[in-house]
Amino acid sequence: MKGMSLIVKRITRYTVGLILLFGIYIVLHGHITPGGGFAGGVIIALSFIHLMLAFGREEADKSIKENIISFGEPVGGLMFLSIALIGLAGGVFFFNFFASKGEPFSILSAGIIPLCNIAIALKVASGLFGVFVVLSLFRLSGDKKTDEIKK
Amino acid sequence: MMNAIILFVALPLFAAFLLPIMGKFFKRGFDTFIFLVVLFLIFLSLYMLIKPPAMPYVYKMGGWPLPFGITWLLDSLSVFMLFVVNLITFFAAVYSIDYMKQYTCKWKYYCLLMLLLAGLNGVALSADLFNVFIFLEITSIASYALVAYGTGREETEASFKYMVLGSVASAFILLGIAVIYAKTSTLNMFDMARAMPQGADSLKLKLFIATLFITGFGLKAALVPFHSWLPDAHPSAPAPISAMLSGVVIKVIGVYALIRIMFNIFSLNPVISELLLALGGLSMFVGVVLAIGQWDFKRLLAYHSISQIGYVVCGIALGTPLGIAGGLFHLLNHSVFKSLLFLNAGSVEYACGTRELKKLGNLKEDMPHTSWTSMVASLSIAGVPPLCGFWSKFIIIVALFQANRFFYGSLAILVGLITLGSFLKVQRYIFYRKLSGSLLKVKEAPVFMCLSMAGLAILCVLIGIFFKPILDNVLIPASQSLLGGREYFITLLGI
Repeated sequence: MKGMSLIVKRITRYTVGLILLFGIYIVLHGHITPGGGFAGGVIIALSFIHLMLAFGREEADKSIKENIISFGEPVGGLMFLSIALIGLAGGVFFFNFFASKGEPFSILSAGIIPLCNIAIALKVASGLFGVFVVLSLFRLSGDKKTDEIKK
Repeated sequence: MMNAIILFVALPLFAAFLLPIMGKFFKRGFDTFIFLVVLFLIFLSLYMLIKPPAMPYVYKMGGWPLPFGITWLLDSLSVFMLFVVNLITFFAAVYSIDYMKQYTCKWKYYCLLMLLLAGLNGVALSADLFNVFIFLEITSIASYALVAYGTGREETEASFKYMVLGSVASAFILLGIAVIYAKTSTLNMFDMARAMPQGADSLKLKLFIATLFITGFGLKAALVPFHSWLPDAHPSAPAPISAMLSGVVIKVIGVYALIRIMFNIFSLNPVISELLLALGGLSMFVGVVLAIGQWDFKRLLAYHSISQIGYVVCGIALGTPLGIAGGLFHLLNHSVFKSLLFLNAGSVEYACGTRELKKLGNLKEDMPHTSWTSMVASLSIAGVPPLCGFWSKFIIIVALFQANRFFYGSLAILVGLITLGSFLKVQRYIFYRKLSGSLLKVKEAPVFMCLSMAGLAILCVLIGIFFKPILDNVLIPASQSLLGGREYFITLLGI
């Protein structure tokens, strides 16, 4: 059996969605509560890492394709940069072009800040998860040789 | 129009983020794309240098008023640094077109190169101390990855060493920023200059902060007690990256960031000046002495980088107008001829497969372009008139003698002589020695590599001939902005 024991798998199946949801909540409420793009992105990445730890790499690869990770990272960066560049229409870099003032406790206020948070979350989540995947794929060149000798 | 200065950071970042997506769909075309980006940036920086807008120009991010928000400063010094950075990147990128064919996955290399460029331009422009730190980290992390690009045993080891020492340096810098922030409650450099406590009782605090910064930036600039990572890291990187690292990275994230803080926030006091002079003199001497015994071409160049950085620091730390102008001039010249020498080393390695001086020889006829360009660069670094290295060393030595620093002045002359000897050895062993048949017939490097080297060599000669207009129009104004000291930054607060 790949991955961890049945208990861990069952518990993971219940909790992983909640962790992902919590991450998204942190991202979307970044401008009105503590947290933001980076913290939320880390939590989202952790939910995927959780999945991978419990079910093993092969199972997790089926649900999260590598392409998504390698697209998410540059797209997050480009999105953040584009938001900053669109600000030039208002005269300066990073100009907050939607709204001049935020309203307390309202998600749709604060102009570009939620959008920036989403972009950062995309970049951080895919970047951090990408690092984890790379570390799990990484094998020392010495290992290969011993494998070949065994064969 | 002035919004154009954000392009110095935004354009390379945009290219860096676009390349991974392009890498999915295209197999080629990266060279052209990166060439266009760096060509645009070099013209933009040249335009800013030749037709300067109303300087100093303060750019306020997001339209926030001055003490709040992030500010960028474009003045005569930062425009000079921008020009140096983009110039060397341009030649390194042209050189990469052919050189990087040895490696796989070119777009990853270009992606890291663009991140490096974005970080360097950001450090040169930023006038917010924490923003400086962020760009400095972008530069450092990109260069750690680039040093390990060959992924061999030596490269990874050098990169790891560089990363550990670089992180220690960043920790020192961050601690310095934290102390300064605790004392002045601001991160904006103009506001910091205003709020910096003055008077006799604040001297200890200033020296503490200065020590933290000198340790941190000294590690980044590889001044002598902190130089141990450089002779490993610079030779291990691919040749264009060695040229970037030695040519601009140690200067921008080491020397430039340090002198901005020391001159414009602290108003250089005599103790710090003396300390920097001693460090500069030490690096000058120790670097060149260590270089004598080297037989690896790139490693020898790396030790000479330490020595030449000593000249730059000595000149600037003197604090006189002539000394600062000479130091900045040597910074420009060193980035031109040292990049050229690293590119020469790269093409010698490309053609012969080795960079051991003892195994090479007789390349003068086989590689004529590499030979003459490296001759120009060697004579420049040794300070032979009328090439560019002569004038800057001459100005620094004259400035040292004028300030009654006879010891450092004589040391600079002595180091210049040893440098000349060291490079005569290089020329003799690689290009002029007759070797009986142990080397096979080697070919000259590909066309883009030759073009890039020739461009830098012509630049060496041109800077040497036209040193007076450059000194008057670029370097004297740049040194004025450092000499303005604390008061200069306080006046900028009113803009």
